[in-house]
Amino acid sequence: MLIKVNGEARSVEPDTLSAVLDALGYGEAIVATALNGEFVPVEARTETRLRDGDRLEILAPMQGG
Amino acid sequence: MLRVYGEEIASRLLLGTALYPSPAIMVEAVRASRAQIVTVSLRREAGGGGAGQDFWALIRELGVRVLPNTAGCHSVKEAVTTAQMAREVFGTPWIKLEVINDAETLQPDVFGLVEAAGILTREGFKVFPYCTEDLGVADRLLTAGCEVLMPWGAPIGSARGLNNVYGLRSLRAHFPDVPLVVDAGLGVPSHAAAAMELGYDAVLLNTAVAKAGDPAAMASAFALAVEAGRTAFEADPIEARDMAAPSTPVLGKAFLE
Repeated sequence: MLIKVNGEARSVEPDTLSAVLDALGYGEAIVATALNGEFVPVEARTETRLRDGDRLEILAPMQGG
Repeated sequence: MLRVYGEEIASRLLLGTALYPSPAIMVEAVRASRAQIVTVSLRREAGGGGAGQDFWALIRELGVRVLPNTAGCHSVKEAVTTAQMAREVFGTPWIKLEVINDAETLQPDVFGLVEAAGILTREGFKVFPYCTEDLGVADRLLTAGCEVLMPWGAPIGSARGLNNVYGLRSLRAHFPDVPLVVDAGLGVPSHAAAAMELGYDAVLLNTAVAKAGDPAAMASAFALAVEAGRTAFEADPIEARDMAAPSTPVLGKAFLE
């Protein structure tokens, strides 16, 4: 299925958010996720299933002012 | 000692971590500033989050507190979601809340700011709102649950210093017991000293240090200015006057005509 990851179209297997993060290479990384504009906490990733057309944001620590 | 949300912070200078020529220079500057609180952010990152993880490791090594921001958010929803994500990643309920109205001046959207501050406070966040010096807005933010206010000195990155000294002085006078931090717009250490002489509890800056020719030296200069300004405020400065007032005693002066 096709989803958008940080604004870019990506083809992933239909699965949980947790599995998709692993597949995208974020396995051990400290990142926060939002699905279709809503925050998804770490503990909810294994029970959150992604669907075709979902918008996933994966944010990492960054410099800020 | 700066007191905010029940915590005692040794330094009255809060420093941003963006725009430095390199991560190593950022670390040097934070050390030279003696800041105990640094601001950080969250951004999209391609390729598994490598650079972000390295940055976060560097910050943790510094042993300072982090104040995540919601920079770039233009709506209440964006700011609230960003704050929720930041709390999880950085492991702190502290949030520097920015809800931006105007792209040219980065002036806060004070209506959105008050709304977002209320939502976040109810969710257990400790909100540091980036606001203006408007007294009514300040009052609303305090009612919404904020225990600190961070009015701008001037637009972010503008290096203009304190644009509205009268407004900042009024804010200080109206809320004598609320921690107030001048956030944004400072360019040189004398701007920071001026804010501290007004009785502000701290200053927050980033660009003035990060974009200086020698960021670590500038960080050190700002640290000295903040300390000087605070000491001066506590020493109760004299009032300005229009005419001269001789400092050498007139009494006993020789008559030599």
